[in-house]
This record gives sequence, structure tokens and C-alpha cells, in this order.
Amino acid sequence: MKTNMSSLWQSAQVWQAVKDSVPKLDPRSLWRNPVMFAVEIGAILTTLITLHDIISKLNYGFDAQISIWLWFTILFANFAEALAEGRGRAQAETLRQARSEASASRLLPDGSTEQVTALVLRKGDLVLVGDNDIIPSDGEVAEGVALVDESAITGESAPVVREAGGSLCGVTGGTRVLSGKIKIRITADPGETFLDQMIGMVESAKRQKTPNEQALEILLIGLTGLFLVVVVSLEAFAGYMGMVVSVPVLVALLVCLMPTTIGGLLPAIGIAGMDRLLQHNVIALSGRAVEAAGDVDVVLMDKTGTITLGNRMATEFIPASGVSNEDLAESAMLSSLADETPEGRSIVDLCKETLGVRGRDIRAPAGSSFIPFSAETRMSGIDWDSRKIRKGSHDAIEEYVKNEGGVMPDGIKTAVESIAREGGTPLVVAEGPRVLGAIRLKDVLKENIKERLSHLRTVGIRSVMITGDNPMTAAAIAAEAGIDDFIGQARPEMKLESIRKYQKEGHLVAMIGDGTNDAPALAQADVAVAMNAGTQAAREAANMIDLDSNPAKLLDIVEIGKQILITRGALTTFSMANDVSKYFAILPAIFAAQYPMLSILNIMQLTTPTSAVLSAIIFNAVVIPLLIPLALRGVKYRPTTATDLLRRNLLLYGFGGLIVPFIGIKLIDVLVVMLHLE
Amino acid sequence: MLMELAYVALLLVVLIILAEPMGRYIANVFSGNRTLLSPLLRPMERGLYRICNVDELGEMSWKSYATALLIFNALGLIAVYGLQEVQLLLPLNPQAQGPVRWDTALNTAVSFMTNTNWQSYSGEQTMSYLTQMLGLTVQNFLSAAIGIAVAMAVIRCFIRKNTATIGNFWVDLTRSVLYLLLPLAIIWALIFASQGVVQTLGPYVNAQTLDGGVQTIAVGPTASQDSIKVLGTNGGGFFNANSAHPYESPTPLTDFLQVLGMLLIAASLPFALGHIINNPKQGRAIFAAMLVLYLMGLSLALWSETRGNPFLEKMGIAGGVNMEGKETRFGVVPSVLFAQSTTVTSDGAVDSMHDSMMPLTGLVFLFNMAIGEVIFGGVGVGLIGMLFYAIMTMFLAGLMIGRTPEIFGKKLEPFEMIMAVIGMLGPAVMVLILAGVAIILPTGLSSLNNAGPHGLSEILYAFASACGNNGSAFAGLNANTVFYNLATALGMIVGRFATILPALAIAGSLAQKRIVPTSVATLPIASPLFVIMLAGTVIIVGALTFFPVFVLGPILEQLLMQAGRTF
Repeated sequence: MKTNMSSLWQSAQVWQAVKDSVPKLDPRSLWRNPVMFAVEIGAILTTLITLHDIISKLNYGFDAQISIWLWFTILFANFAEALAEGRGRAQAETLRQARSEASASRLLPDGSTEQVTALVLRKGDLVLVGDNDIIPSDGEVAEGVALVDESAITGESAPVVREAGGSLCGVTGGTRVLSGKIKIRITADPGETFLDQMIGMVESAKRQKTPNEQALEILLIGLTGLFLVVVVSLEAFAGYMGMVVSVPVLVALLVCLMPTTIGGLLPAIGIAGMDRLLQHNVIALSGRAVEAAGDVDVVLMDKTGTITLGNRMATEFIPASGVSNEDLAESAMLSSLADETPEGRSIVDLCKETLGVRGRDIRAPAGSSFIPFSAETRMSGIDWDSRKIRKGSHDAIEEYVKNEGGVMPDGIKTAVESIAREGGTPLVVAEGPRVLGAIRLKDVLKENIKERLSHLRTVGIRSVMITGDNPMTAAAIAAEAGIDDFIGQARPEMKLESIRKYQKEGHLVAMIGDGTNDAPALAQADVAVAMNAGTQAAREAANMIDLDSNPAKLLDIVEIGKQILITRGALTTFSMANDVSKYFAILPAIFAAQYPMLSILNIMQLTTPTSAVLSAIIFNAVVIPLLIPLALRGVKYRPTTATDLLRRNLLLYGFGGLIVPFIGIKLIDVLVVMLHLE
Repeated sequence: MLMELAYVALLLVVLIILAEPMGRYIANVFSGNRTLLSPLLRPMERGLYRICNVDELGEMSWKSYATALLIFNALGLIAVYGLQEVQLLLPLNPQAQGPVRWDTALNTAVSFMTNTNWQSYSGEQTMSYLTQMLGLTVQNFLSAAIGIAVAMAVIRCFIRKNTATIGNFWVDLTRSVLYLLLPLAIIWALIFASQGVVQTLGPYVNAQTLDGGVQTIAVGPTASQDSIKVLGTNGGGFFNANSAHPYESPTPLTDFLQVLGMLLIAASLPFALGHIINNPKQGRAIFAAMLVLYLMGLSLALWSETRGNPFLEKMGIAGGVNMEGKETRFGVVPSVLFAQSTTVTSDGAVDSMHDSMMPLTGLVFLFNMAIGEVIFGGVGVGLIGMLFYAIMTMFLAGLMIGRTPEIFGKKLEPFEMIMAVIGMLGPAVMVLILAGVAIILPTGLSSLNNAGPHGLSEILYAFASACGNNGSAFAGLNANTVFYNLATALGMIVGRFATILPALAIAGSLAQKRIVPTSVATLPIASPLFVIMLAGTVIIVGALTFFPVFVLGPILEQLLMQAGRTF
């Protein structure tokens, strides 16, 4: 699914888009794009006039050319839309294919199974999936654990664990179970899976226009109406001044003035935004949410998994007085050998490093027995011979040592406090009544997280970290990562509360979540991204699903949201700026025959009135396909301040839009004259 | 020349010095705070509410606000129309002026209701003193007050949130008249009268001329009407010659005060906006954009007028400055300054003949009106018009920085866009439609005194003036015909209400929205970039709309004049 941007012009897709642009001429579908609909009415008008010319044996060359270019203007716009649709559909189709070929063993109420195709599965059905089976539809693991290959949708080759209960229970149709046998509760009816919704988002006919898009469209309709009045009244004024302007020339002027560039590319821009999200492995369930992502100014993030790697790492031993570093390390290692948690492994690694036993295979002494970590004791450890080594939180060990008849030394108490203050997690190791020392576990920041958070700040987004850690630890991590604010010792309901609080202050809040208890907060957030691996409740409350389950993805979503809006704004500005040159091309062509002094307006020195009008209308048409790559890729976005961004885009698309058509129209004029088209 | 430029500079300095505190005062009045005049006026205000049974704290939705406004205007329309028809039966009619022709009366009633003061009649030959005072002057106050009230309702909604109401029309109306227009009008009228502007209820004076003939000199209660004529950006003169008449503006001081008066309230309102939204810088930015546009037009007009007329130069007249139609008592620069100010503010009072200005100067004045009177503009409505342009500017700018566009912390969504597009383009579209219709109808053309491009400019000017609610005339066009009376009346109504109603609708919608807190991602309105963009939007939208017809009118006329042809 990872589609390379260089495949923008894949020949099959382009050819399909060419074919798709013709049926889109149907006025019943074109009316959804009012600007192009108006062009079509103009094109029909000039075509009828051309036919009349031919029948009346008049000179029809000019009128015919105008008509042709008007039709091309619409076709180019249709092509842009079809191309964007095609790309999105192709990406989604690959996924759908994988699923529709799958068959499923549906569990019947009596406990037996039946083989059905994936397409008949309904919400609530239970299916069994075993080794090497394709998961038939979106669902939740109801029973069992499995290793799932999600590379078909995420492109990530490392398989992931999916298990019942907890926050790793979501599975997506089309992915493959590598090993394990799981029972899946299907969560989507046919045609309603996330994938189906996504396909709907990239098909123009089904797509809901976002409020931003509607607002822009209102402006475009307003401008179209304005120019219609300008052109019709021009006929009246010209008539008073003793001139008759032919209808095709008026239509050409109207179409040149109308915002056809943005009008033609508008649907493609929105669809292409969805395509780009899909390339980032994010399925958007509403276009509105994607654009709202550009407005977000507060982001709520879980600490674990988003800001820090999921696991803490041991970084330092602090022995109690009278204990050597090596003794402490050895005991710590022994107590952690059987500890398969990442924390446990990181302690072993640190011990090996301290003791210089790198590479050697270390085994637990014979006859030893492990004490696994339990929620009650909050300790783990090892017993062998008469030795009892325990490792756990400060409170737990203190109690354990007390029971064994010892005391917690003051030195260790201070060490523990300072570790906590610095944002680490302290563990204490004891043997019997004797406390050996403390281990510093530290949260490790994710790669690039500082940089990304500072990008967020540049574009005016506050980051808020949510963590179960105590405020002191939380503050230390927040400071290290460059987080703006944090909520420590957070209970699940506090997420909802803080989102409401921020919203009340007028902020637009984004949040990433995966667990069932995140669902209310996700539903409240303006932009809610659920991890694909998350629970069904979370996924239903969200308006975007991240297939990679990578929380840092929110930053990409924000950027894509912004890019969509910037592209629209830039092309609208470009479109309007273009009008200036078109006046200077067409008005002297209309007026100069009667009033030669008005040829001073012909600053481009266009050759003849006919060539001038043709060049303007040709430029107006061809600029649409030339800008398709820009519409599909989006205007380049760099995180910077609003003023910088505006200045740059104004210069590029406003000033550029003023100058470029003067050059373009002049060049086309030279070409038109060379080819004797005038 | 230097003295004359100093005159311009003096005007601007005085304007800026007065506009800032005036804006603060307006903000206080409409926020219900105590002001300097409160001890005197507050009891009167309360008394008025008691008499009229107005609940001062009763809030209105935008629809009830608009309904109250429309009913109030309709009553005013009927009253002014009726007054003109029965003035012969009423007192204060020493010249025994008869009933006014129906179409002229209707046009006049619409004209004064809409703050246009387009006058297709000649004041001293048509209207009784009672009609002038009770009908026209009262409407001068009320139409100005309504404009201010609506502007305040809109501004207020930028700081409201989660509410469906926008304020109380009657309260806003009362405060505009009581705290703002009346005190200023009294000051202006007293100065005018002291300078020799006529103020009498006596009959016209018959004077014995030197050669033995008898001349009737029209007089009347002029100072009282003239003060509000400029302060309320109304522009309707007591006499047909308006401020070119020595009884309306006898001295350089009155000329200066007339220009200042036209600009004063309109220029204070952006400052008031800044104070009300607790961000004076943003108000200053809007003022700056208006000032930039004003100065650009003024410079172009001055350049065009002082450059000399090629015809005069050909005749060997040194300097060759075009003096036809100028207010010779004051000179070229003050005449141009007056004309520029009267066309930007939708005032429409004149102290010189706009028809006789150079074609490019005429183009500037046409542009000022055709873009919808937003460079200072009519009191209240000018700021509203500028806010429509600001909404457009912030819409495009917002998109270009990748955020849902917002203005003063309020998101701009489809509803606001519909209303802003209507408000911004409605009057302009009406100018083109009406001018286009007039120019293809024989009845429209029969009123023209000039042919060719100059005739086109005259028709265009008439409708730009009507739709912009300006009221000044290019002359050269006989507008007192049934066709022009009805067509300009339509233009005035569209120009007025296609501004006011969308503005109220936007206010209603903004009041319901939450306020987006500012951050580094918010586009600062108080920045030179915004000022340039806003001024640029006005110029570009205006140019794109009117370029073709300007080419055929003033631009062609200028080119033909250089080639040696006149019309």
C-alpha cells in the first residue's frame, strides 16, 4: 500500500482517468461543480453557434476553436478529478481484493462452523481464524492470541500481536494471521467497513463537501455570478459605444474571468488529501475531521507509546553504603533473569555491561525458583538455597524488608526520591532484610519526538501529555521532551474532562486513543484518531483510524489537513490574479477595432484580436492540467509562523498568478500565429 | 501649491487626532459605560425608553433586529413621501411649494431613508421648510443612526459567544442619535451659523439689484440641516447647488469643517471597533487600510487635476489647470479634497462640479463609490462594507495558512460567506445591471446631455452614486424622470439593504460561535501585511468588476482627450 509519490502518472491510472472524464460531462453529475457547470452551458452555447455558422455557410473556424477549448476546459477538470479518484480507489481496491477473496469459518450458535465468503459476514458474527488465514473483515479478537501480519495495509513487515481484551484487540479485514488461533467478533456489515467508508471518501459523487469547501464554493459561485453580470453588461455598454461583441467572444471572456482553475481542481484537491492520508496509512472517516486537523491547537497525547518508547530502561545502579556496585548488579541480574518484561531485560543488559560479561550466556543457578511479579506484592525476585532476592517499588520493598526484620537505609530513601524527581522510576533491590541498592529506570524518549513537538509549537499547537505517573515524574519527562503541559496521575475520565475544559476555552482538541475507556474522550475530541489495534469502541468513537497504530501520526494528519486548505487558498488566489492578464488580452481585442487608442492596453502585443482571444482561452484551459500535480501533491507546507507562510504563498501564487499568465498568453499567441489558427 | 498641500495635511492630522478619542467615546457609549455626557444625556435616554416602552435590556435576535429596522424605515419612507404630497396644507411653507411629483417624492423618500440623499429635485424650488426639517433632516439623523447601530451590532458580536441575540435596535438607535449625532450636529451648526450659513424660517428675500431688477434670494433653516448633512454622511443640500452655494459654505473654515465632518464619524468607527473588541491595534489596522486607499485616490485625483488640461494648454493658457466647475473661492486642491472625501464617505455633498473634472479624476470618484463606499464610507455602513472585504481577505489568507479562516477570533463558515458575498458584490452587481439597462433603453439615453464615453460615465456615475448610497451627481444627466427616479430608487434600496441585512445575519451567526484563542498560528490583523492585503482586495475586486466599463468610459475619454476630442 505504500505508494510512491513518483507514481503520480502511472499510465494505467492516467488512461483510466482519461476514459472517466468523458461520462463526467453529464450535466446531471457536473452540476455538483457549479463553476464547471457554467462553463458547460457556455460550451453548449458556442457549439450551437458554431453549428449555426456551418449550416449558414459562415466562417466557423474561430467559433469552433472557442467551443473546442471550452469543452477541453471541462474535460481537463474532469480528468483531474478522475485521476484523484482513481488513485484513491486503486489503493483501497488492493485491500478490498484481499478480503473479498477470503473465506471464513463462521461459528454457528450450536458450536459448529460453516464456510462462507467474507462478503456475507455481518456485524456480530463470530468467526474462527487460524494459522495463515486471512482475516475476513474488521473485528475484535474475542478469544485467543495471534501474531498478525498487517503488511498488506501498513506496509510494515514486522508482525504484531493481537489478543482478546485490552487495547490490542482490533483486527482489520485483509490482514493475515501468521500463527495462533483466534475467535473474532465481526464489527462491520458488508459495505460498512472502514475501507468501504474510505472508498466513499475518494469518490466524488458520494463525497460530502466539507464546510470549508462549501464556503469556498460560495465565493466561487459569487464570482461566477459577478463576471456573468460584468460580461452581459459589457455587451450593453459596448452597444452604446457602437460596437457589437459576438457571443463566442463574450463567452470566452466570461470563462477566462471565472475562477475555472480552482473550480476545476477543487474536487481533486479534497480527494487527493484523502489519498495522501491513505498513503500515510490513515483512514479518514470524515473529510471534515481532516480539515479540522489543520485547526487543532491542543493535542492530547498519552505519554507511553507517543512521547516515550513503551518501556523504561535501567540506566544506573545506586548501591547502599557498604555494598559494591558489582554485588548490587549481580543480585539485580539474578532477580531479573526470568523477568521477560522490557524493564527486566533492560536491567539484565545493564548488569552485563556493569559486570563485563557481555555476550556470555547467563543462566539462573540450579535449584532456584523465580518469584514472578504480581499486582498484590508488586515485587519479583528469585529464591535459591537460603538466599531471597527481591526487586520492586520502594514501598513494596520497604514493607518486605520490615517484615524480614530490616530497615530501609536513609541513603537509599534519598536516592529514590531524587530518581523520582528527575523523572525516572526507582526500583529497590533487597536480599532478605538487607537493602542492596536502587536501580534507576528511565523513560526513553522516542526518536525525533522533541523535534516534532517543537514543530507543533511553531505552528501554534500546544501539546499536553497524559500519564499515570506522579506529577514530579511527569514534569521531568515533559521538560525533557519539550511538552507544553501535562496531566499527571491521570484517571481515564480525566481525559474527557480536560478535553471539555480546553474546548470551553475555545480550543480545538485532537486526541489519540486506543482503549475502551478512551472512547468517551475520543467522541468528545474534535479530531480523534484511534489506533487500528485499539478496541472497537475506540475505533467507533474516532473519526480517523491509524492503521500503523503509531501515535506520532497525528502530526502528519495535521500537516495534510493544512495542506488541503493551503492548496485551495493558493489556487483561488492564483485564479483571481490571472484575471488581470486576461482583461489585458481580451479587452483590447474587442475594443481596439473601433477605438484604436485602446490598443495601448494590448501590453502583451498580441498579434490579432482573434489570436488574443484564443490565446487567453487556451491558457485558461491548459493551466488546469499543468496544475494537476500541484493539486494532487498539495502545496508544500513548512511549519512556520502564520505570517511567514502567508507572505510566501501570497508572493508565489498571488504575485506569480499575476505575472505568469502574461508570459503564458504571449507564448501561446506566438504559437497560435505560427500554426495559423487565428 | 505648498499652502494647498499643507491644507490637506492639516485636515488629515486633525482627523486622526480627533478620530481616536472619538472612537473610544463611541465604544464606551455602546458598551453602556459612563461617558462625559452621561450625566446630561442618561436621564433623557431613560426617559425616552419609558415613553416609547422600550426595555433597555431586552435583547433581540438578528431577525427581530432586522424586522424592527425595516418597519422603522418603512414608516419613515411613508412619512417623508406623505409630507411632500401635503406640504401645501401644512405650516412653514412661506414660498407655497406645491405637492411634489409622485416619482420625485418617492425617489426622495427612498433617498433620505437610505442615507443616500440623491436629489433629483432642486431644494429651494420644491420643498417647504417643514418638509426639509421634519422630513429630510429627521431622516438625515435617523438613517445615519441606523448605519451606526448596525455597525455596533456587528462589532458587538465579535466578543459575544454562544448567544442568539445581537443587541437591541431601539437602544442602539437612541444612543447613536443622542450621544453622537445630536451633540456633534449642535456644535457644527453653531459654527456654521457663526460663519454666515443661513438659518431662518422667514420667506425668501427679494433684493433690488444694481440695475434695478428684482432678485429672489432663497434662504431657510440651512445651518441645522448642513451640519447633519456632513456628519451623517448624508449629503443632501438645502439648496440645489449644495456646498458650492455660499449660503451653505461661506468661508474656508466651513469648507474645512464640512470635509472634516464627513470623515469624522466614519473614521472613528474603526477605532471604536478596536476598543470594543479589546484590541485597539486591530481597529487601527482597518483604519490604516481605509487611509491608504483614501490617499491613493486623492493623490491620483490631485495629479490628474493639477497636471493641466491639454485643451487649455493648446489655447496658450499658462499652467492650463482645469478650472471649470471648481470652487474658485477655495481653489483646485480643496475642491479635489472635498470631492474625494464626499465620494469615499458616501456623503455626496459637493462644492464643485464633478462632471467637469478631468476624466481620470472622475474615474477615481467612480471607483470610490462603485466598490460599495468602504473607504471610510457612510457612517456605520462603510465600516460594515469594509468588514465584508476583510472577511474575504481573511478567508483567502486563512486558507493560505492552512486553517479554517477566521476574523477577530470567529470562524468563517458557509453562512458568513454567503452573506459576505452578497454584501460585497450585491451593490456592485446592481450598478452594472442598472447602468446596463439604462443605456439600452431609449428613455435612459434621452436624459443624457453628452454623447460617447462621457455620457457612459454620467450614467455609470448616477447608478454608482445611488447603489453606493452616496448621492452626489455627476450632473449632465437629467435624473428627474420617472425612469431614473425609479431606477435610482431601486439602486439605493439594494445598495442599502444588501449591506445592512447580510451584516445583521453575519452578526447573528457570529454571536453563536465560540471565540478561537489567538496563538502563533493566528494571522495577525494588526500587521502591515493585512493592511496591504485588505487594501489590495478592495482594489482588485473593484478593478475586476469595473475594468471593462471604466475602459469604455473615463479611460477612453482621457485617451480621446489627449488625441484632441471632447464630448
